[in-house]
Amino acid sequence: MNQSQAGAIAGSAVRVLLPVLLALVAGGLILLALGADPIAYYGYVVQRGLLSPTGLEGSITRMAPLLLIAAGLIVAFRAGLWNLGVDGQYLLATVVVAALAPVLAPLVPSWLMIPICLAVAFAVGAAWSVIPAFLKAVHGINEIISTLMMSFLGVSLANILIKIVFNDTTTTVPQTETLAVEDRLSRLGDSTVHWGVILAVLAVIGVHYLMGHTALGLRLQIIGSNPRTAIHAGLNVKRLTFIAFALSAGLAGVGGAIDVIGVQGNVRADYNPAYGILVIPLVFLARFNGFGVIAFVFFFAVLMIGGESAARRVGVPNFFVLVLVALLLTFLALVEYLDHERRQKRAA
Amino acid sequence: MDALFTEAFIGALLFGAVTAGVPLLLAGLGEQISEKAGVLNIGIEGMMLVGAYVGFTVAYYSESFFWGFLAGGIGGAAVAAIMVVLCVYASMNQIVVGIGITLAAEGMTALEHHYEFSRSYPRLGKTESWPIPGLSDLPYVGNAFFNHSPLVYFGVVLTFVLVWLFRRTHVGLNLQAAGDKPAALDAAGVSVATTRALAVLSTGFLAGLGGAYLSSVAGGLFLPFMTGGAGFIAIVLAMLARGKPTWVLLGAFLFGASLSLTTAMQVAGINVPTDIIQMLPFAMVILVLVAFGRNSRLPPALGLPYRRGER
Repeated sequence: MNQSQAGAIAGSAVRVLLPVLLALVAGGLILLALGADPIAYYGYVVQRGLLSPTGLEGSITRMAPLLLIAAGLIVAFRAGLWNLGVDGQYLLATVVVAALAPVLAPLVPSWLMIPICLAVAFAVGAAWSVIPAFLKAVHGINEIISTLMMSFLGVSLANILIKIVFNDTTTTVPQTETLAVEDRLSRLGDSTVHWGVILAVLAVIGVHYLMGHTALGLRLQIIGSNPRTAIHAGLNVKRLTFIAFALSAGLAGVGGAIDVIGVQGNVRADYNPAYGILVIPLVFLARFNGFGVIAFVFFFAVLMIGGESAARRVGVPNFFVLVLVALLLTFLALVEYLDHERRQKRAA
Repeated sequence: MDALFTEAFIGALLFGAVTAGVPLLLAGLGEQISEKAGVLNIGIEGMMLVGAYVGFTVAYYSESFFWGFLAGGIGGAAVAAIMVVLCVYASMNQIVVGIGITLAAEGMTALEHHYEFSRSYPRLGKTESWPIPGLSDLPYVGNAFFNHSPLVYFGVVLTFVLVWLFRRTHVGLNLQAAGDKPAALDAAGVSVATTRALAVLSTGFLAGLGGAYLSSVAGGLFLPFMTGGAGFIAIVLAMLARGKPTWVLLGAFLFGASLSLTTAMQVAGINVPTDIIQMLPFAMVILVLVAFGRNSRLPPALGLPYRRGER
């Protein structure tokens, strides 16, 4: 490795790690201002999210839905489409699979049930992206707004489904029927981690490969970087837009399915983890790179699981994680900008 | 069914439509200013939330709605200042910064609320309203339209001020140029950055006002995440209005009506699940987009940072 290569790697490491560090420091100052002890809070988060075995298993398990959402976002963002409606796509697929799985489990063996559930989840998620894709492809309407609107609609619709259509009448709280523990995804070794996590990691790597090394991926990247070029190159931009949306939303749907047949077993009314809007900044931080995404999602899962424990113990509500993600995003953008300016100056 | 047509029912429905529509109107007009100048302000949801929290807090401690509104507006503008620095001067991606601002505002206001009010959940007293003499005594519509908080009249007046501003003044022309062809504005010797910065700050102020109205007048209290997507609806209103403030006014009250339908129906004894009602405004947006989407016109330079000399 020569010197300039080493410098480049060190440079990109600084560009990734510096925003993380700055965000943690700024977050600590906010905690201090609110009268909480930042050292105790961060210490507890690391202890409970990373160092304790149950915490670490919890963090790794939590990665599964987040990674699948991220995989979908990589496709959309690299194709230049802002799919901000992940939450609706995710939740609708979750609810449909939660209703389907307990019915299917006694009828078919699990090697058949799981693929059916995942396929259905993919279809439901993808279906929820058809309207924004249509509006974008045919009318040229900005997909930011349409996906957000569809997301709000999807969350409400999911609730209606739980309360009215799929309601398990044996429970007092409106919820779907519970999938028996032995019918859920099997665990890895003696841990509580289910094999859906491996599937999720493979999905991210698969998407990374798809976008970088296949003809379809290349076409999607072209419409992402310059739609006009794509038209001149004779690409069917409309069709590619539908494909990118379907892949993106479908993968988010699969994320919901994995979580419900792997961990939750059922869905209660008014459940909305709102993972989508939190994963978006992470995918940015990783600059749409699959391996970077895996690292950031792990970091974030530790933060979430540790933060949930810390909320109970240190008394800082988990809303703080929202602030931390926002800080991360802002500092990333800032470091990127300063870096850009520095290069411009050097070039001039 | 007779209950549907009583004066009380129609009065409640229209009054509710105005109350629910005003935050959308203020935020929608604000967003329109930004969009005209070429900045797609996704952070408006966050600006509304901060306005709602600051407005409520100041109104609660100062016991004055006026100071509450003012503080809410300034709170929203302060958040907008962050967006100005990052997006206008540092040319960062407007969507990424917008999402960041909304997330930060959601987290911060919920945290602050947790530490300040989560044990007491204080409420504000009844709003001061200014009945317009004569008009407020009209049957059916009098109380619904002419007996409101001063901020409601401000919103309506502002709509027409903006019509004049956009059409007849240099300020309006500069705004439009900043969104349509920033290079031309630059060549004419007007700073694109300053024009856009002022536009985004006004957006923040108006969104903050809308938020303050939402918490202190419409709700009487602050709840975490209480804007619930109102900022995003405001973005859609601004988009569909094609640069016309009067269309924002019309759209805001149509949306307000669909929101107030819930309470009005409950008054009439018709029980509809709240989830279905909550879907109405968003379903309406999608329907409108599918039906009239072709006509939504956005400034060509919307969402693009301006760097002199770049093509």
